[in-house]
Amino acid sequence: MSLIRYQSPDLAAWPPFDRWITLRDDLNTLFELPFWSNFGRQSQLFSGWSPALDLYQNNDDVIALVELPGMRKEDIEISLHDGTLTISGERKSETSDGAAERTERYVGKFRRSITLPARVDASKVSATYRDGILTVTLPKAEEAKPKQIEVDAG
Amino acid sequence: MNTLVRQNDSDSLQKEQFVAPSASVLEEGDGYVLQVEMPGVHKEGLEISIENNELTIIGRRSLPTVESTLIHHESRRENYRRTFELDPSINSDKISAKVDHGVVTLTLPKAEHVRPRKISVS
Repeated sequence: MSLIRYQSPDLAAWPPFDRWITLRDDLNTLFELPFWSNFGRQSQLFSGWSPALDLYQNNDDVIALVELPGMRKEDIEISLHDGTLTISGERKSETSDGAAERTERYVGKFRRSITLPARVDASKVSATYRDGILTVTLPKAEEAKPKQIEVDAG
Repeated sequence: MNTLVRQNDSDSLQKEQFVAPSASVLEEGDGYVLQVEMPGVHKEGLEISIENNELTIIGRRSLPTVESTLIHHESRRENYRRTFELDPSINSDKISAKVDHGVVTLTLPKAEHVRPRKISVS
């Protein structure tokens, strides 16, 4: 019998992450932020738009629900790297003509990352987008599932 | 014209707990477009009414049922409710609404008599 630790399959190359560019973008976002925006959600200060994310788990899956109203599903990107789930994308302005009288809706890019509570099988991840809510189902890797071990009568 | 839609804050005294959704108002052609973000709200959960020149939008969520333990929580559980005061120039009989990917879009056409009209000189 051999014990082989589960290895997650090779994922798509991770985009080069330049923290200074991110910082610059964050600062730009900060200065462009309109005054009437909701300051209650602090994270929005640094990311422009920070959609709410809920995470669930059961014996078999880890499930993430993200509120992303008014997106096109092609504009949502989901990636998995080292046990961290990242959901990013861009919401494009739907109306080109017509000046906004008053707007509270965010347009532009967002990125959310969350560390998953268990190792998942990256090849079996599935996602659905319905009523403005993205549901990502990440089946747990076999080794991460709770196991019942039966005791043999001796 | 800028006072088209003023948020009405007097609706906080309600029994059912609601959260105010984000909204945008755009002037477009012969009317206005009001977009309200209500993720998780399906067509059946929408309730739009006009009373005394006040437009009320209530959205009740039908969230995907997840039989699991919640381990990280950011979303709000309350339903959405928001009231807007309608500008008198809006023809309230012709307001139409649709919901698409969690965004409710209302089209509010201006009444005929307030539309700019060209008068040709004979």
